[in-house]
Amino acid sequence: MDRYKAMFEQLAAKQEGAFVPFVTLGDPDVETSTDIVNCLVENGADALELGIPFSDPIADGPTLQKASIRALSHHVTPDDSFAIISKIRTLHPSTPIGLLLYSNLVMHRGIDAFYQAAKAAGVDSILIADVPARESGPFFEAATKHDIKQILIAPPNASEETLQLISKHSEGYTYLLGRAGVTGAETAAQMPASKLVSRLTELDVAPPVIGFGISKPEQVKAAIDAGAAGAISGSATVNIIEQNLDDKAKMLRVLAQFTAAMKAATQTTASKE
Amino acid sequence: MNKLDSKFGDFGGMYVPELLIPALDQLEQAFIDAQNDPEFQKEFMGLLHDYAGRPTALTLTRNLVSNPNVKLYLKREDLLHGGAHKTNQVLGQALLTKRMGKKYVIAETGAGQHGTATALACALLGLKARIYMGAKDVERQAPNVFRMRLMGAEVIPVDSGSGTLKDAVNEAMRDWSATYEDTHYLLGTAAGPHPFPTIVREFHRMIGEETKRQIMEKEGRLPDAIIACVGGGSNAIGMFADFIDDENVKLIGVEPGGKGIHTGHHGAAISTGSKGILHGTYSYIMQDEVGQIEESYSVSAGLDYPAVGPQHAHLHATGRAQYVAIDDDEALNAFQLLAQKEGIIPALESSHALAHALNMADEAEEESIFVVNLSGRGDKDLSHVYDIIGDRVVADTNEQAGE
Repeated sequence: MDRYKAMFEQLAAKQEGAFVPFVTLGDPDVETSTDIVNCLVENGADALELGIPFSDPIADGPTLQKASIRALSHHVTPDDSFAIISKIRTLHPSTPIGLLLYSNLVMHRGIDAFYQAAKAAGVDSILIADVPARESGPFFEAATKHDIKQILIAPPNASEETLQLISKHSEGYTYLLGRAGVTGAETAAQMPASKLVSRLTELDVAPPVIGFGISKPEQVKAAIDAGAAGAISGSATVNIIEQNLDDKAKMLRVLAQFTAAMKAATQTTASKE
Repeated sequence: MNKLDSKFGDFGGMYVPELLIPALDQLEQAFIDAQNDPEFQKEFMGLLHDYAGRPTALTLTRNLVSNPNVKLYLKREDLLHGGAHKTNQVLGQALLTKRMGKKYVIAETGAGQHGTATALACALLGLKARIYMGAKDVERQAPNVFRMRLMGAEVIPVDSGSGTLKDAVNEAMRDWSATYEDTHYLLGTAAGPHPFPTIVREFHRMIGEETKRQIMEKEGRLPDAIIACVGGGSNAIGMFADFIDDENVKLIGVEPGGKGIHTGHHGAAISTGSKGILHGTYSYIMQDEVGQIEESYSVSAGLDYPAVGPQHAHLHATGRAQYVAIDDDEALNAFQLLAQKEGIIPALESSHALAHALNMADEAEEESIFVVNLSGRGDKDLSHVYDIIGDRVVADTNEQAGE
């Protein structure tokens, strides 16, 4: 079952883009994290992007670094992360679930064994933050073998060579960077990224979804208006967790409101008419 | 695609966010052009000679070794301006920075040695340096922080993670992913993503080339073994590079055994035999049972890094070089011995290599020539060593005075 394809087709029929929140699994602990992820889906997330906590997240700004540290302080392991995904998969059989993580966690288990475990948990796609297109060969091999979509990142400074590689290999969706730098809500994505979107569309890549620096509904709208198929919001989502660590009920309430507002912004101008 | 080979056997590579690939490709191209540009080479060699003080001496020890079969030489990188081999490659990379038209430099530093080297090169060549240093290290290494600031560098304490060297590297990479257009990341060791391991090796390669020339002049033959300490591995690879094809010369890398490998408090990545990816390269690393990176430990800050350069991993895997571990106590003994016997105070890093060479010297039954890369001088370590063995040194001295 190709959950991404099904999702994009359904959204296209409704003239909507995808809203994809990101959170770190096990943040702040396994039980709360499971409730958080479930809350995101129930309040309008079209797909999920989920991180496995890592000790040295070089592509992440302070918000997501702290999320990893909170989870690791509870000794959350990749197996714990897979267990959360299994529960969410049972509750939400058709929601596309993507993993976003760092290469050493994959290498440590062995590439093949990691992809096998991810598939068994119900993962649809894997994006490895520190594996660029030119190192992606062995990961694609495992992804193909285990029927997982390997996601590549298209940064604003990508060479034509990288874009060609992405067009050749990308499946599921293409992660389009809204700007340079690391993850974080402090610096806004630079809209419109329409030039890169149209080049990617020409190359017939998997639907481009914009991430990095997306924290407000108007940025989601700008992303969709620029031609993106969706928007990913990580640090803004995780900020809500961080700000409500001592009040889980409020945390889930604010996350629900945030998700609903971000989802509402994915309606294209045409769909509202 | 890469123009130079980005791998050393299975090791190396470019495991970085896609965003950094154009910056690394630009660096690779600038390096290739510079290596083929006589003007660049002339300027680099000129700086090494007139500013840094190359070539450095090759000194035969007089009193250190009692075994008559053994001649032990020291390659005196401790005499280089800045007090360690590091000056070589920071000058090279600072010249590359200018060649790429970049005005800013970022660097990571543990105890402050690479930060200080970067600061001096930037002061000399008119570049602006931002040095990331773990917050704990900033507190512990006040004199080095002042040295860097004195030479005009900005020192940025890193609070995230454990607040030590690996977190400073993480933060430097994060900075670079937003600033690569006008900023060069001047990585401090022969690790990290391609092309850094190759660039750093080539910019330290003269250590081994000079050694080869000097030993041929003095002995008329190549040495039996070359011994160098290995943290990330820059001084060792600079020393080894010109000898890799001379298969009769044993290459021995000495990792920091810390409080003993079995305690877990060490920095001997190769000795643990565990492979993985840290800071953009596939190599031997220190990690826990699920792949989280572990903290390293060594009495010597310059060896306190939980990974090793990928070419060392390859030299180990192919058996061309041998890697051993020397613990804190053995290194401290060698530190004291060299001061007592030869009037040279070595860096704690280099003391690890020296300690292993002394063990080899004790065991040698045939005529042997050994060369230790004395990668740096120990002035920077004095207060640290005083805290650990100061009382013992005073007692030893009094005892000798009474004889």
